[in-house]
Amino acid sequence: MRDRARTFHRPNRRTTRVLALGVAATLATGVLAGCGSDDEEGGGDGNVEISIGVFGQFGFEEAGLYDEYMELNPNVTITQDSITENGDYIAQLRTRLAQNSGLMDIQAIEVGNIAEMTGDLNNRWVDFNEYEDVDTSHFLPWKLDQATTEDGRVIGLGTDIGPTGICYRTDYFEEAGLPTDREEVSALFADWQSYLDVGEQFLANGPADVAYLDSAGGMFNAVVSGYEERYYSADGEVNYQESEAVQTAWDLSVQAAEGELTDRQQQFSDEWNTAFANGAFATVASCPAWMLGYIQSEAGENGQGAWDVAQSPSPSNWGGSFIGVPEASDNKEEAVKLAAWLTAPEQQAKLFTERGSFPSSAAAHELPEVLEATHEYFQDAPIGQIFTEAAAEIPSSVIGPQDQVIQQGITDGLAALEQQGISGDEAWDSVVSQLDNALAE
Amino acid sequence: MTTDHASAAPSVTSGGAAPRHDSGKADGPPSQERKRTERRSRWYRWDLKYSPYAFISPFFLFFAAFGLFPLLYTGWAAMHQVSMTNPNEMEWVGFDNFSRLWDDEFFWNALRNTFTIGLISTVPQLLMALGLAHILNYRMRGSMMFRVAMLTPYATSVAAATLVFAMLYGRDYGMINWALDLVGIDPVSWEAGTWSSQFAVSSIVIWRWTGYNTLIYLAAMQAVPNDLYESASLDGASRWQQFRHVTIPALRPTILFTVVISTIGATQLFGEAYLLAGSENGGSQSQYQTLGLYMYETGWFNLHLGRAAAIAWTMFLLLIVIGILYWVLTRLVGKSNGEEA
Repeated sequence: MRDRARTFHRPNRRTTRVLALGVAATLATGVLAGCGSDDEEGGGDGNVEISIGVFGQFGFEEAGLYDEYMELNPNVTITQDSITENGDYIAQLRTRLAQNSGLMDIQAIEVGNIAEMTGDLNNRWVDFNEYEDVDTSHFLPWKLDQATTEDGRVIGLGTDIGPTGICYRTDYFEEAGLPTDREEVSALFADWQSYLDVGEQFLANGPADVAYLDSAGGMFNAVVSGYEERYYSADGEVNYQESEAVQTAWDLSVQAAEGELTDRQQQFSDEWNTAFANGAFATVASCPAWMLGYIQSEAGENGQGAWDVAQSPSPSNWGGSFIGVPEASDNKEEAVKLAAWLTAPEQQAKLFTERGSFPSSAAAHELPEVLEATHEYFQDAPIGQIFTEAAAEIPSSVIGPQDQVIQQGITDGLAALEQQGISGDEAWDSVVSQLDNALAE
Repeated sequence: MTTDHASAAPSVTSGGAAPRHDSGKADGPPSQERKRTERRSRWYRWDLKYSPYAFISPFFLFFAAFGLFPLLYTGWAAMHQVSMTNPNEMEWVGFDNFSRLWDDEFFWNALRNTFTIGLISTVPQLLMALGLAHILNYRMRGSMMFRVAMLTPYATSVAAATLVFAMLYGRDYGMINWALDLVGIDPVSWEAGTWSSQFAVSSIVIWRWTGYNTLIYLAAMQAVPNDLYESASLDGASRWQQFRHVTIPALRPTILFTVVISTIGATQLFGEAYLLAGSENGGSQSQYQTLGLYMYETGWFNLHLGRAAAIAWTMFLLLIVIGILYWVLTRLVGKSNGEEA
């Protein structure tokens, strides 16, 4: 075999070998070069390229804000890089922050991740207080607090928030002999216990195959978010086991589940979406501004003219984001200017009218296009007014780095209670053991 | 190597380069000529000695960068307390991350789930594959079509397949519960129950991998010499006896191969369980959380990279142990086989 190979290939051997070496070398340099090709230099001739990293359909681009800014500032080019899921986005952002490289000039931060950014990683971000032209006074105080570090640095500017109401179906309420007018319904929901009492009436008189609310986890979220201290104490220690907020919310949620008021859904699952389309439940206890669009797209024509939104007994915030400028950015000055412009009241108002993202700027709430906004699908509810009032009542909650883990653990416990029929005590024990494991360093 | 070199090297000096030198630089000092020749032969020697390494180096470079380094680094990270939020800050903790797994009920739960799901997915899968391969091995019309059809599930992405299955297994609006309702059976909350959810996950695995194993068995069956069957049938063996006493023994190495591959796949099971409800906890009570999912939850959701690395290494060691077990098993089987013959 070897002999034959030699006679056949001999004339070409050297060329082949050189080629192969070349290929090997190219591959090797390719691997090495791949690590370093991210460093793009900003333009030196007055033209600036500002890159923005966001997740999902963040809305800036969709609302035409980049185009508007580039028209105002012809020397600026804005490029956006979007990652669909925040989970993937934040994992990438964390590694890049840790390495201090590969970062965009502006990065979006979801509220669930803001605590870790103001904590361990705060020195990776630009302090907006150091820039004279940035006005942070127009933001809602609690929103600004969320992005402020212990020593007073502001590392993120708020984009949108999620003030909550209660979404309900007027057609089912009417069948159950309950009031349907949103003022009267709001008055009916004086506190969370009376919300559940209405549920008892609904169960007795309402349509047979319709549940009162979607899930115990949703109930828990609605109640717990209305408190200032939830999973962490004011000094930053985990104390969900002693927290009044968690106790109250847990008891009410267990009451809802054991009273068979819930449809035993898991929020944001496919079944939950289908349940909207089938009209399987009458209320959503925690219904932030951004969820109206979600309900509209899931409930579709079946829910046309049925949904409405009332005031929550304890309005809270669910969701919302920030944008920050990493210290590693090459053109911080320009990036800060753009970030301030994107979050200014006028632009937030535009983001609201175009995309339905509720402004985090108190000044934007005064603007007529926000204040007078109504939602057609929700029977022309004055959502501008409802959510502006809600936003003013949102507590400045303590946010801890593991909030999401803790809330997920509790939601899982409630789901087990709803779906597997274990008792409230068993469910709580499983929550504690699961969280002990999840929170242990 | 040495004999090759001895015969090859002179041929170059005499046949290739030397004559040109004679004509071009006839008056050059002979010592320089010798040096040149020596250099050439040295190059040639190096070439012969080292260029094979250059040829195979791409694989090893890539393996080192994307296989070996991550493996070792994961092992290194497993010895530290590292948070996902700041992966550069590592605090040495020795083997704590490993020893804590011993008391970790969630780890044992995941291990148990991985085992049971592996069992109820692998065993029926391989048995079905064997039967299907046997059927496909008969001469029949449109056999090519069936073979391609067998392989289509394998060509489907895990994500797409799982999402469809998740809809089928839906509690309130799933097609399976709807069908059960038609025949008067109460709807099953597939995702919430322990056995029902594990069955659901296994069914996705079975659907996806049966065709792949069928084709492997089929290929092996076609390599079984026909005269074995002929003589068996001459001896009056039935189809079933032929299958048991001719096909199965001939397929033994192939069966072992598929068992090993399926075991590895079952140990690393992730996508099917992850996407059934789209959450990393594998059910509200972790009722179908596999080792892969537990590792993912620990690292990417609870942000404990060091602990996740320890779980990853434990899975790796587990596979090595299983590999050794199988190896011993084959040796034993081979031995007993040898004695029989």
